[in-house]
Amino acid sequence: MKMKRTLSWVGTIVFTILGLIYIAPIIIVLINSFKNKVYINLEPFKLPSAETWTGLSNYASAINQYGFLDAVGWTVFITVGSVLVILLCTSMCAWYITRVKSTFSSAMYALCAVSMVVPFQMVMFTLSLVADRLRLNTPWGIIIIYLGFGAGLAVFMFCGFVKSIPLEIEEAAMIDGCTPLRTFFTIVGPIMKPTYISVGILETMWIWNDFLLPYLVLDINKYKTISIVVQYMKGSYGRVDMGAIMAALIMAVIPVIIFYLSCQKHIIKGVAAGAVKG
Amino acid sequence: MEKAIKKYMPIFVFPTLAAFIIGFILPFILGIWLSFCEFTTVTDAKFVGFSNYIKAFQDPDFLHSFWFTALFAIVSLVVINVFAFLLALALTQKMRGTNIFRTIFFMPNLIGGIVLGYIWQLIINGVLAKYNTALALNEWYGFWGLIILVSWQQIGYMMIIYIAGLQAIPGDIIEAAQIDGANPIQRLFKVTLPMMMPSITICVFLSITNGFKLFDQNLSLTAGEPSKLSELMALNIYNTFYGRVGWEGVGQAKAVIFFIIVVGIGMWQLKATRAKEVQQ
Repeated sequence: MKMKRTLSWVGTIVFTILGLIYIAPIIIVLINSFKNKVYINLEPFKLPSAETWTGLSNYASAINQYGFLDAVGWTVFITVGSVLVILLCTSMCAWYITRVKSTFSSAMYALCAVSMVVPFQMVMFTLSLVADRLRLNTPWGIIIIYLGFGAGLAVFMFCGFVKSIPLEIEEAAMIDGCTPLRTFFTIVGPIMKPTYISVGILETMWIWNDFLLPYLVLDINKYKTISIVVQYMKGSYGRVDMGAIMAALIMAVIPVIIFYLSCQKHIIKGVAAGAVKG
Repeated sequence: MEKAIKKYMPIFVFPTLAAFIIGFILPFILGIWLSFCEFTTVTDAKFVGFSNYIKAFQDPDFLHSFWFTALFAIVSLVVINVFAFLLALALTQKMRGTNIFRTIFFMPNLIGGIVLGYIWQLIINGVLAKYNTALALNEWYGFWGLIILVSWQQIGYMMIIYIAGLQAIPGDIIEAAQIDGANPIQRLFKVTLPMMMPSITICVFLSITNGFKLFDQNLSLTAGEPSKLSELMALNIYNTFYGRVGWEGVGQAKAVIFFIIVVGIGMWQLKATRAKEVQQ
């Protein structure tokens, strides 16, 4: 018994050290974000000294020179907008194709399953052409693209859940005079809440971090997302402002960590659910 | 009831269907068609048969990227799954702070690929600078850099799936083995591992497809340096489209080949899972 307890303490200590090593990369970037840009590449692992310390000036230049806050705004807009639209449209579609048995329904289901496997490179060029033609190259238009490209996983997961809802509940509602729309929003919707959360989290993680789709679809002279700005800061030839990049990396990571810590349970559940379905 | 719902089809299905056609079906069909054409914009597309595919297979950079990607997918698959499984085993033992450790190990998974790439570029270049070299000088630095990066990103994710699998194993099976006199190592290999096969197949599939599809991290960490040698397939396809004028058709042909490879892995995985399901 005593040995088991000491073993458990040894485990805790070992994992505390491992955990610290695990988050070290973020801490190192955080430390460097307070250094003068000249010193970052020279001595990335040293703590800032009086000579190298610049306070928040890197953050100021990331925000002022590279429009980082605008990018945060657009990223929030695109992510929230797309996720809400995806949740609403795909859950309705999934309910319809599970309840109405027809060739169309099974074809739609099969196509959604196929679309989950297709790598983005397969459609990236033609998708950006189509988006350009239809003038969907704005943060409003890209929501439609995300609905189309993200529909596969969402429809698939919603269908899996709808199948487990007993038909009798809906039948009772419709016999009592509910229209299909009212049945969906007052009966089916609330039952599907856990799936809404799982799908919402999976799609949020994907869209928030997505780089290539918005980069190819959006008119990037006007609208940039966080990932695009970070890539732009580093990738644009000429002077690379390492300080501003460090600050941008930290500002990109902070919202993610806050989001993660505030709804950690749902995230882990959602990930597990998505993995099993996918 | 079905009839009543059917009348509402436009409201329920059309928004998703329309977006699905614009965002997926149309680009997909157009993509297959264009892989047989020579073009710079779609309006000047000219049918050329299989010549794009022939050019794709004759492109040494593409062949190199294929082997590089296959090797990368296999190595990352092994590294990620071994560590994720060990972590899952350790963090399901009775120990203080397991929840906090799970939280920490999962966290990097939520950070975007571009951001991850630049975080690790700073660190790896910082270490390599001590030996007077850099990531952009040798493709194998890039290779192992990417392995470290994706491991850091995905170990936590796979760990979550393994933990879910471990917790689903009924306790009485382990207990029965214990009573029959199986030692911890026998219990692990003869009871736990076979019971975990569904989780293992899922994780293997996820990490191998992730390895093949990897793009953002590759672009930000090495951008293919030195001279395209650290390019994975996805980045090679991207560079063919946007880096070489007149090669758009070849890029599309490469994309179709890439699609077939990824689907092939998917089918193989499905078969493997089915076979396991029969056994249970």
